[in-house]
Amino acid sequence: MLVETMLVFNRAMRQLVRNPFWVIFGLVQPVLYLVLFGPLLTRIVDRPDFPQPGDAWQIFVPALLVQMGMFGGLFVGFGLIAEWRSGVIERMRVTPASRTALLLGRVLRDTVVSVVQATIIVAGAILFGLRVPWLGAVFGIAGVALLAVALASASYAVALRVKSEDAFAPMLNAVVLPVVLLSGILLPMKLGPSWLYNLSRLNPFSYVVDAERAAFLGDFTSRSVLVGGLVTLALVAVTVVWGTRTFNRETA
Amino acid sequence: MIHSRGLARTFKSRKGTVEAVRGVDFEVAQGELVGFLGPNGAGKTTTLRMLTTLLDPTAGTATVAGVELREDPVRVRRRIGYVAQSGGAGTDVPVGEELITHGRLYGMPAAQARRRATELYEQLDLVGLEKRLGRTLSGGQKRRLDIAMGLIHEPGLLFLDEPTTGLDPQSRSNLWNHIRSLRDEHGVTVFLTTHYLDEADALCDRVLVIDAGKIIAAGTPDELKRRVSGDAVSLIVSEGQHTGKAVEIAGRLPGAHEVTSDGNSLRFRVPRGDAVLATLLRELDSAGIALASVQVHRPTLDDVFLTLTGRALRDAEALPDARPPANGRSGDAG
Repeated sequence: MLVETMLVFNRAMRQLVRNPFWVIFGLVQPVLYLVLFGPLLTRIVDRPDFPQPGDAWQIFVPALLVQMGMFGGLFVGFGLIAEWRSGVIERMRVTPASRTALLLGRVLRDTVVSVVQATIIVAGAILFGLRVPWLGAVFGIAGVALLAVALASASYAVALRVKSEDAFAPMLNAVVLPVVLLSGILLPMKLGPSWLYNLSRLNPFSYVVDAERAAFLGDFTSRSVLVGGLVTLALVAVTVVWGTRTFNRETA
Repeated sequence: MIHSRGLARTFKSRKGTVEAVRGVDFEVAQGELVGFLGPNGAGKTTTLRMLTTLLDPTAGTATVAGVELREDPVRVRRRIGYVAQSGGAGTDVPVGEELITHGRLYGMPAAQARRRATELYEQLDLVGLEKRLGRTLSGGQKRRLDIAMGLIHEPGLLFLDEPTTGLDPQSRSNLWNHIRSLRDEHGVTVFLTTHYLDEADALCDRVLVIDAGKIIAAGTPDELKRRVSGDAVSLIVSEGQHTGKAVEIAGRLPGAHEVTSDGNSLRFRVPRGDAVLATLLRELDSAGIALASVQVHRPTLDDVFLTLTGRALRDAEALPDARPPANGRSGDAG
């Protein structure tokens, strides 16, 4: 299965290298956030009653990484729908290759892309003035990788079920906006009223954001790193099982 | 190569259940080129997807390439090639890479996959296209690449789902030649579906006619056509001759029926038109009746379908109730 996963990964990777539009496009958004939104944050964070420790970059860059991991993973389903329509998926499903490998090879490609993008963003942010312990950066980028695994698996699972961009796009929109708003990516949720903060606690991604922020401050022994790490691993476990099951389903 | 026993598939949808395939029994022997003929929605693709392990049967079972379908689907996949209607050749991956990756998914070592790919370029007229992206190929080239991918692991049995749909007439007859040579020169057993009568007629040793999920007839194209009401024979007697006398003579031929005449022309049906022609001509001659022309029309497979189902193949395609639910590929029973 490892060989098969690598075959699928290589095929997907070469496809991306030949046509790197989406990789570049995926970088544009976080760069815009960094340049056009980051400076706004500096003034607010400097206020004495701001509830989150760290400076503006230490608060915003880790959250931006979470957003990148999420978006980088969530949208991969569109590519799968196109491949399914052209018959590629069916063609591969009739080979003896493990159907799990057909999923994991693609997920691995998406993960590598997210890691490359995250590294570029962290390096860029350091130029802008981010101060981060190297272990914190590594932890942060690893978190992005895990998020990409989870969300790409989920995205492929849903895409293979709905099989239509017209159905997939509104589903993504319905999920993305509340999840982003309730994760504290843009501003820490502690700024809000307690009902909003409590609501955000139902969103697993808010724990991931907390963990990334703590890691960027080098605070590895904090409870949020532990909780966020466990939540991330749980997300990975659930989505990979879901994706694998969907790929192994007969009518998929 | 294929031994199907009561293979059936039901699709459930919100609108209720649809019996796409209602239990099909048939055999395909090694080295045969067998066609599955029926209108769209008759259950051809559903049957094919069951035989190729892509869909679990709801009832029945089959032995495919010597392997019990339900017991070891992975071994079935190793032994068969399958080219779906949308074969997946039109990607933005170079032809050579895609073909070799596909071979390696079958567990072939890289060098072996490359060697086999080179053979297939030759065999299927794809030489020189290795570096082109799949999506830039012509319709016929894509189809041949699809078939190359289905053959990369040298299966003894190849399934082709509507292989010539959407091709221009020239690419179509070219593909027919390739399919014939697969069997004739490479010993591959071929099982294909089609809703084109001429294709089944021109290509297949044997035809299974499927309608509304059941096989309603099977045989060689000639056998099937003979089962209709027989060949149509039409004569035109020379001016001033007795048509009535000719009608009498034709009516006496063994198996002749539906004898009709109009002026100096005469038509009737008989099981084997070619076989009775000699007798007919001799008797007309000894009765002193001269002929202006005589023609024997073999029935087409369209006549066969009409006789079997009471409707023409083209009309059958419009029947909405023969179609499974439209929830994506799972419902595409073709």
